[in-house]
Amino acid sequence: MTGIVTPLTGYLVVAALLFSIGLAGALTRRNAILVLIGIELMLNAANLNLIAFWRYAPHPEALTGMMFAIFSIAVAAGEAAVGLGLVIAIYRHAHTTDLDQLSRMKG
Amino acid sequence: MSFAFYLISALTVAGGLAAVLLRNIVHCVLALTVAFAGLALLFLQLDAQFAGFAQILIYIGAVAILVIFAILLTRDPQVSQGKGMFSRTWVTGLLIAAAVFAVMGWAVLASAPALPNETSTPSVTVLQIGDALMSRYILPLEILALLLTAAIIGAVIVAMHEKVRSK
Repeated sequence: MTGIVTPLTGYLVVAALLFSIGLAGALTRRNAILVLIGIELMLNAANLNLIAFWRYAPHPEALTGMMFAIFSIAVAAGEAAVGLGLVIAIYRHAHTTDLDQLSRMKG
Repeated sequence: MSFAFYLISALTVAGGLAAVLLRNIVHCVLALTVAFAGLALLFLQLDAQFAGFAQILIYIGAVAILVIFAILLTRDPQVSQGKGMFSRTWVTGLLIAAAVFAVMGWAVLASAPALPNETSTPSVTVLQIGDALMSRYILPLEILALLLTAAIIGAVIVAMHEKVRSK
């Protein structure tokens, strides 16, 4: 991948790498909080894509990609609050955050 | 591609890797903070000053602290002693993540010549962003405010201490 690497391609590859790292973390870790951390990494990688496309697309003054990223950051903050609240509620109920032990839907 | 880009992306990816690989959960969150800071620097590299500083304020200032609080509230003695930190199906998860990266990397590199590549630097001020938020994006902004209020109330209710029900 030498020679044809434009700045946008570099940012997209970094975002893909971060997304895959987050996905691997979300799929392989046992602790529920670390799964949430993986999801946060995936959301951030998507934001990097949005900002990179905004920067290198023909009409950056329209602010579309930038606005999408700002709204995405805000929604991700709400997601983190609700997700961590759920983890705390589950911990209070089952006294563990180990996802391999939390295999029952019934309380 | 500047040297700064390679340096910051190496820092960000290393932070992300450490965040999912370290054994101690608190260390994981500290590594995640490094990754968030690297992403904010990448946003600043992309001339998105507002998004970069919003990233620092929201992610490093709020989300990382929130995760630390959740960890301290859910200390699990069983996880820290023995019993691997990865789930039983970690091979499948790793394969899925590698496959996703292969597909995305192939798609990006294969479509590289067709991607837009404007060289002019956009000069967007915070004034313009605020103006757009108050005019063209006013409806999404209001919906977002409603969503965040609902999320806060929902999180508090979900995490609130349950009353002991008498059976």
